[in-house]
Amino acid sequence: MNNRAVLTVNDLRVYYDTPAGTVKAVDGVSFDLRPGERLGLVGESGSGKSTMALALMRMHKPPARIAGGEVLLDGVGDVMDLDDEGLRRIRLDRLALVPQGAMNSLNPVMRVRDQLADGIRTHEPGDDRDALTARIRAQLARVGLDADVGGKFPHELSGGMKQRVAIAIGTSLSPSVIIADEPTSALDVVVQRQVMETLRSVQEEIGASVLIVGHDMGLMAQIADRMGVMYAGKLVELAPVHDLFTNPQHPYTRLLIESVPTLMAKRALASIPGAPPTLINVPPGCPFHPRCPSAFEPCDSEVPLPMSQNGRVVSCHLYPEQAA
Amino acid sequence: MTAFLEMTNVSKVFSAGIIRRQHTVAVDDVTMTIDEQSPSILAVAGESGSGKTTLARLLLGVIPPSSGEVVYRGQSVDDLSREQRRTYLREIQPIFQDPFESYNPFYKVDHVLTVPAKKFDLAASREQTMRLIEEALDMVGLQPAETLGRFPHQLSGGQRQRVMVARAMLLRPRLIVADEPVSMVDASLRATILESIRRMKQDLGISVVYITHDLTTAYQIADNILVMYKGSVVEAGSVEQVIRDPKHPYTQLLVSSIPQPDPSLPWGAEGEIAGDPESMEVAATGCKFVDRCPVAFEPCSGQRPPLYHEHPSRAAACFQYDKSPALEGQNLDVVFEPQLTSQAAGGSGEPAAN
Repeated sequence: MNNRAVLTVNDLRVYYDTPAGTVKAVDGVSFDLRPGERLGLVGESGSGKSTMALALMRMHKPPARIAGGEVLLDGVGDVMDLDDEGLRRIRLDRLALVPQGAMNSLNPVMRVRDQLADGIRTHEPGDDRDALTARIRAQLARVGLDADVGGKFPHELSGGMKQRVAIAIGTSLSPSVIIADEPTSALDVVVQRQVMETLRSVQEEIGASVLIVGHDMGLMAQIADRMGVMYAGKLVELAPVHDLFTNPQHPYTRLLIESVPTLMAKRALASIPGAPPTLINVPPGCPFHPRCPSAFEPCDSEVPLPMSQNGRVVSCHLYPEQAA
Repeated sequence: MTAFLEMTNVSKVFSAGIIRRQHTVAVDDVTMTIDEQSPSILAVAGESGSGKTTLARLLLGVIPPSSGEVVYRGQSVDDLSREQRRTYLREIQPIFQDPFESYNPFYKVDHVLTVPAKKFDLAASREQTMRLIEEALDMVGLQPAETLGRFPHQLSGGQRQRVMVARAMLLRPRLIVADEPVSMVDASLRATILESIRRMKQDLGISVVYITHDLTTAYQIADNILVMYKGSVVEAGSVEQVIRDPKHPYTQLLVSSIPQPDPSLPWGAEGEIAGDPESMEVAATGCKFVDRCPVAFEPCSGQRPPLYHEHPSRAAACFQYDKSPALEGQNLDVVFEPQLTSQAAGGSGEPAAN
């Protein structure tokens, strides 16, 4: 098996310049995406997870700007260095987005088949009409939609069907990396499960790696192979999903898991005291220290560096001995 | 038991279209009582289009039922005098989903607290009003000094929603109808809001109707639950019975579809789900779930299944349980706790008791 990372993110920084100051939405995030894996990235609102997902494709909008770091796509190089033409070539073809809330990302005045054809024709202009039609049909079938959906407009489709169309478009050119930004956040549980199953089966079929961004710990536990936790623009922990849930190392991860209600047992609902910081005024040192029950002397002054061991990465002063 | 609010065979039909008139039954024949002496938290669970929000609006008196009656303290809500209606509007307080849209961005958050205090004459003086407001904020875990005098956008989503809970508490209601109060709040702050809702029942004796699509939080805070599917109650009872041991195939599907935050647990039941879960079409006769049901058999497409009382604190509208007696008058009260015990204390444990 090829173990070279498909996507390597090194010290990525995305800042927003606002009149009130610089907002460090993504502040030095590093991770790699391995071939064929599903990497989940959780965080609460304002943690920077969606900004990062968009920035990986350079789809962030001003006033957001890349303030540093690199995003190495296997066989392409640093996405941050590409010119417009280079970016156009890799988007959808190598690096594809399945957006949040497909209702707002599909073109309301275009039939589904034309929206699918758009991307295919742009990147692979060789197909004749019949071949293109067959391809669209196959692509719809792949995400569990009937061929007649191709002739419909987005408003004629239910939420789940629209999200399937978004998956069909995102995977139409068999990209090596799929970035899925809260792909099921607006859907009911039963539909959510079906759509996630669809994403999983298509991803496995085309052998892509997928980065799933979201806030639902339950969903991540069920779908991801590895999982990262973001807090105040930083990746505080990254671990195989089973290890993360059975033995969370960062205090924020542990409290986040404890705050998720389950059907297993009724218990007093735990919550994390305090509120996430506004990203203009991130506390010095570890951004979590004002809310952290384990905070000790260095936490309010020194930023903890990511330490990696046994395939896990954690940024917390509690684990200095694990320095690699 | 003292009936505070009763729904008797309440249905709500929405009609649309001029030439081809279409009718949607949003709430289909619901009968239940909200008791005053034994406060409880009732979860109303369902997916989009199940009618749960319509049920909330019927309870709040925002919309009138198409048939049946909503009865407040023994009197139909339609027939309340001006003064009675005022009390009704104070005693039943809503908490809505979006903690931002409930505010006017041009006013400080104080506005949502002082206006109802004034409208309902809660206090004799300004000082007393402020004291009541500060008490209410304290109860939801907010510091009055850090909350009052701010604009809505200066508070976090969790804080805004807690101010809404405080606003509801301020009016000393008997019933709170909370429609998805935590679905837009981050996980780490959700528990605080749910906890303050639970405290309303425990410390203040306020009953709560908790409208949600999330069976997990329903399980955590509610005593009883009713599960709705396309306007009908398909299963109802204590949360322990309904969520830990669901009997209706739809409830079973819902429970098994919840992704559990534990990678070693399975997600979803065996076998594919038939039918389109998002289709809004409803069969004119028979069980509304029949086209998606994995165990559908002969009688299911013929007639609507009544709620069968197959466990002392659970009823399911499914013909698999037709050996059990049907709930008399579809009245859900007998499956809800703690009313069973309060009825038993009143000398009547019969399912027919009302």
